[in-house]
Amino acid sequence: MKRQPVLHPGLNLGSADEYSHAQSEPVIFGFWVFLMADLVLFAILFATYASMSVQGQAGGPSPTDVFDLPSAFIETMLLLSSSITFGMASLALKYKADRLHLVFWLVLTFCLGAGFIAMEVRDFWIMTQQGAVPQRSGFLSAFYMLVATHGIHVTAGLCWMIVMLVQLWLLGRTTEVKLRLMRLALFWHMLDIVWVCIFTFVYLFGVAL
Amino acid sequence: MGTLTPQDISFVQTFENPVMSEFIDGAAGSVLVLGIIIVTVLLTYYRGWKTLWFDWLTSVDHKKVGIMYIVVSFVMLARAIIEGVLMRYQQSIAVNDPGVLTPDHFGQLFSTHGSIMIFFMAMPFITGMINYVMPQQLGARDVSFPLLNAISLWLTAAGAALVMISLVVGKFSTGGWTAYPPYTGIEFSPGEGVDYWIWSISLTSIGSTLTGVNFATTIYKNRAPGMTLFRMPLFCWTSLCTSVLMIFAMAPLTIATLMLALDRYAGFHFFTNDLGGNMMNYANLFWLFGHPEVYILILPAFGVFSEVISTFSGKTIYGYKSLVVATMSIAVLSFTVWLHHFFTMGQGANVNAIFGIATMLIGVPTGVKVYDWLLTMVRGRIRLTTAMLFSIMFLITFVIGGLTGVILANPPVDFAVHNSLFLVAHFHNMVIPGVLFGMIAGYQFWFPKAFGFRLSERWGKASFWCWSIGFYLTFMPLYALGLMGAMRRTVEWFRPEYLGWLQVAFIGALLLFSGFIFLCVQLVSSVRHRDQRRVPAGDPWDGRSLEWSNSAPPPEYNFAVIPKVSGQDAFTRLKEQGQAYVSPATYEDIVVPKNSMVAPVIGVGAIGLGFALVWHIWWLVAVSFVIIWSAVIARSFVTETERVIPASTVRADHEAWLAQVRECATTPREQEDTSTNVGRAEVLA
Ligand code: HEM
Ligand SMILES: [Cu+2]
Repeated sequence: MKRQPVLHPGLNLGSADEYSHAQSEPVIFGFWVFLMADLVLFAILFATYASMSVQGQAGGPSPTDVFDLPSAFIETMLLLSSSITFGMASLALKYKADRLHLVFWLVLTFCLGAGFIAMEVRDFWIMTQQGAVPQRSGFLSAFYMLVATHGIHVTAGLCWMIVMLVQLWLLGRTTEVKLRLMRLALFWHMLDIVWVCIFTFVYLFGVAL
Repeated sequence: MGTLTPQDISFVQTFENPVMSEFIDGAAGSVLVLGIIIVTVLLTYYRGWKTLWFDWLTSVDHKKVGIMYIVVSFVMLARAIIEGVLMRYQQSIAVNDPGVLTPDHFGQLFSTHGSIMIFFMAMPFITGMINYVMPQQLGARDVSFPLLNAISLWLTAAGAALVMISLVVGKFSTGGWTAYPPYTGIEFSPGEGVDYWIWSISLTSIGSTLTGVNFATTIYKNRAPGMTLFRMPLFCWTSLCTSVLMIFAMAPLTIATLMLALDRYAGFHFFTNDLGGNMMNYANLFWLFGHPEVYILILPAFGVFSEVISTFSGKTIYGYKSLVVATMSIAVLSFTVWLHHFFTMGQGANVNAIFGIATMLIGVPTGVKVYDWLLTMVRGRIRLTTAMLFSIMFLITFVIGGLTGVILANPPVDFAVHNSLFLVAHFHNMVIPGVLFGMIAGYQFWFPKAFGFRLSERWGKASFWCWSIGFYLTFMPLYALGLMGAMRRTVEWFRPEYLGWLQVAFIGALLLFSGFIFLCVQLVSSVRHRDQRRVPAGDPWDGRSLEWSNSAPPPEYNFAVIPKVSGQDAFTRLKEQGQAYVSPATYEDIVVPKNSMVAPVIGVGAIGLGFALVWHIWWLVAVSFVIIWSAVIARSFVTETERVIPASTVRADHEAWLAQVRECATTPREQEDTSTNVGRAEVLA
């Protein structure tokens, strides 16, 4: 039976791996739908932030007072490069028969992601030292909620990556493992996009306005 | 433990403060505890634990998951109806008199009643119904993600369990089903009540999001060959729209409850009065969910009515395409009207006008549907079965409710009757005929498919009359009361002219309750006489879609061979072309998912998590969290998740059933309710 060439947007396993390719259709499609639901969640958080960032300051610190733009920029770079390295991992998944390349890129992605989280935690720490805690104002509540929800997602992605590394080691490149890696990739790239929005609308706009 | 003390147990409270209100609370708790004990004893006596665990709780079969959803819903319905009757009783005697319930207890009652009816009665009912029916109508063997399906069930059940626990341990919220801050903030509601609300709702909202993803994927990716979207039965279309709404609309609720939790637990300022908080954000978020929610509930019921009316009129549904378009329009429009729930809360006149008009617009596709259903019945050979009676009563009553909805959509009118019993009458006028009648009709309709025997029509009709007359008696007086100025959520009145109306409403509520009792009697009586009511051939109503083409109850893989579909009303076509009940040329091995205890483990973890959060028992929070995620991760290491049913077994079972069907006499429609109906329909044409 001839298969449809492209089954879902994103990197397909394609002719390199017919069986997994066929298995992937509902799984990957379902995950896209799930990501959509997750994006609605972020959209709501952005809307909340938009409505509280200016009106909810309550005489407390304003974005200019507390945002550390250089740090946020470095975080952006870390996360963007982690997307590239995950892209390399996906290519290794599709074209390389060995585990080594894949593991290498995944570990690199993990380190970049962990660096991102470490810097974010450091930012939060510095902010709280300055008295900019979420309990201070509506603006800060909305800020922490939005950025930390993203951070928790990234942390979940890191945990997932560890699980996948263990599975690669224990189970090898089975179809299941491949499909999970493809979903993790989608998840990771989505978080990247969300971060780009956070960097733009929260940090850049916040400091510029 | 945490903030939990012995004084929080409801029996202790009743003992220390033996007044009527406490006594009722204690009695409710006792009924719950007693119920659990009786079920436990019965299960032990009949050695049912093994069956329960291996055949049901760990099952991931969409049919069993669906039935379990409906069981949850029935249990919760029983509680919430009793609460409704109790509130009606209180109000009917509380004219210049404090009545039997304290204001606080009354507040808990409308909060649990509303929350249960929406989240733990209606939602599980529609989800269960879709679960049971939709994959079979598509010609599929299961939903796309069977384990996820079971996990959603268990998250919902965990939420329901928390509400039940609040009956015995501590108090529930008094903030209504909407839980508006700042009243529900820590300042004005310091106790555990709102926390119960927050965590039970959060759990089911996550479950429903996952359900939406699962159903949408199933409908897009899991249809039988030839089952194009425009050949799907309408129930599948409405399920699809409902799933899409779930995917988009549950997130605002989840976020709103979590923000409320952060305000309460960690001193954030999302919805507080001071330091930049803004409760209007809550109102917007809640109704951004809340309005689509009513369509999440009602669209599947519309699907049921479409199937029931077309089947019992013996005709193809009239205006199939227009019904699909109307369903889609309703789904889209439902996101554009949320503001009508707070016209009075400070927007300008223009904003109100726009949302008022958008609200009225929804009447148009709904009207299209009503006409389509009516025209389906025109020149049909109508059989007034219980399911059909509920559907007809729906048509009449729902139109009245819709008209009062259009009245309320006028902002100036809404200013006058906002938050009055007029509103209470209106939304019950939508949800009872719309959702509840729809689900009861669906239950009557598909019960024989699920369990292999028909329900008693006599008891069904008795129940129908109670529900219908009871509905009018209970809720029509509320329109009048609302116009006279009676406000909702009121525990005591000071206007003697309300009395008569309230007493009529109470009598109506008793009738509604008898309607529920008759449903239970119907079930028991039908089970006892099931041998005369069996329909092994699987098609008791001359059904039109694929779920009727297999045995009753169906095998776990639904279809021995995946059917090929050549048009709308797939099974009717097969019957008319003489292609039904034909032995397939070949059989193949069928792969089905194995049972898994992951879902129940997650469910128990979720109950623990919610309970621990309510009572600030932090170590239990940590333990439950670890249990839940360990279960998920451990599961991902299991490689043998499927089981193969060999082709020879499938062949043997299927051929045996086919042989039995060929033996069965065909039933003409007039004898549908007699023991001659063994599930093989007479084919005219
Ligand atoms: C079956 C018989 C029912 C009876 C006797 C009943 C009775 C009541 C009563 C007395 C109230 C309180 C009205 C007030 O605020 O003064 C109420 C509220 C409510 N009911 Fe029902 N009801 C019934 C069915 C339903 C159903 C089927 C649903 C939904 C599917 C439902 C959803 C609600 C909601 C959402 C509220 C508002 C709760 C709040 O104020 O937050 N009810 N009902
Ligand atoms: Cu609405």
